Amino acid sequence: MKTIVQKTLLSLSLATALFASGSIFADDYVIDKKGAHASIQFKISHLGYSWLWGRFNDFEGTFSYDEKNAAGSKIAVTVNTKSVDSNHAERDKHIRSDDFLDVSKFPEAKFESTSYVEGSDGKAKLKGNLTLHGVTKEVVLDIAKVGAGKDPWGGYRRGFEGQTRIALKDFGIKKNLGPASAELDLFIALEGIKQ
Amino acid sequence: MLKNTNESFGLVSKSLHWSMAIILTGLFVVGLYMTGLDYYDSLYHTLPWWHKSFGLLTVLLLLIRFAWKLSNAEPEALKTHKKWEISLANITQKLFYFLILLIGISGYFISTAKGKGIEFFTLFEVPAITAELEEERADLIGGAHELMAILLAVFVVLHVLGALKHHFLDKDETLKRMTINKH
Repeated sequence: MKTIVQKTLLSLSLATALFASGSIFADDYVIDKKGAHASIQFKISHLGYSWLWGRFNDFEGTFSYDEKNAAGSKIAVTVNTKSVDSNHAERDKHIRSDDFLDVSKFPEAKFESTSYVEGSDGKAKLKGNLTLHGVTKEVVLDIAKVGAGKDPWGGYRRGFEGQTRIALKDFGIKKNLGPASAELDLFIALEGIKQ
Repeated sequence: MLKNTNESFGLVSKSLHWSMAIILTGLFVVGLYMTGLDYYDSLYHTLPWWHKSFGLLTVLLLLIRFAWKLSNAEPEALKTHKKWEISLANITQKLFYFLILLIGISGYFISTAKGKGIEFFTLFEVPAITAELEEERADLIGGAHELMAILLAVFVVLHVLGALKHHFLDKDETLKRMTINKH
């Protein structure tokens, strides 16, 4: 009698765990921030004539991934907005100001995935909520699996890259940089270390 | 003629005074104006460039002014000046030097926050002394630069009012000593 109750409870909690994490076999990874094997970059058109590249130097995140059940994969990344770096002191100051990121008011940007659909070609679509400049919007990233395997130091690593295009206006950034610069491309390249 | 005496300002002191007066006024007006320019304005890049070069020039003139002040006689205050006027003038002068120096230094750090130097006209580049400033510090310095400039402008207005008071109300030599009169 007692064992049946215990078994039921155990299977219930297992089912809950399964439901919550997507899969009990999913591995958890932490983005290798310390080794800087990850980057978040963007490019935005300059006058329509060239690309201006910038990046965020400070961010962290975790993801879970299960090769047998890729659809259960999840990722969450938090970006320290003041770490924006376009290799130009006054421009960075301007990007940090309330014309753009308003970092004193919105010190964090966030991405949390809601779904992950993997194709057979190593490409995938990652849907999630991006919070930027205090505005949360759903975005879809085009993902490419880059690789995974043992590293030479006793760990296990897995890498992805992804990109999406967002409009500044959608996130409440009203500064007008001209018609060619209303949108920007966001790139993420990351390597996670299995926990 | 060139040097100060106990009674009068020499040509060098006068030139330093008036050239800095003109440049600082220009820097203040341009500084306020250029920070509000649209990205597509034709002066968006030009005005900050001139602002920086003239800003550096101002610091240079200030250093020359210090050196000149130390190596020269200090004209005595006019006999008709009251004690409080003299001490107010002394405080104001020190405040001017202090503010101009701090505004210059903060301006320098705004532009060199990423470790890159500032072009001095087209002549040479003044190098950065810091590798990279923390973002909060850079933003704080930017705010301080503007605030101190506004404070300086307020004191300049008082300074001008004082000079006009001496000239038109007291009808003394104060303003003339810094302009045409007596070499």
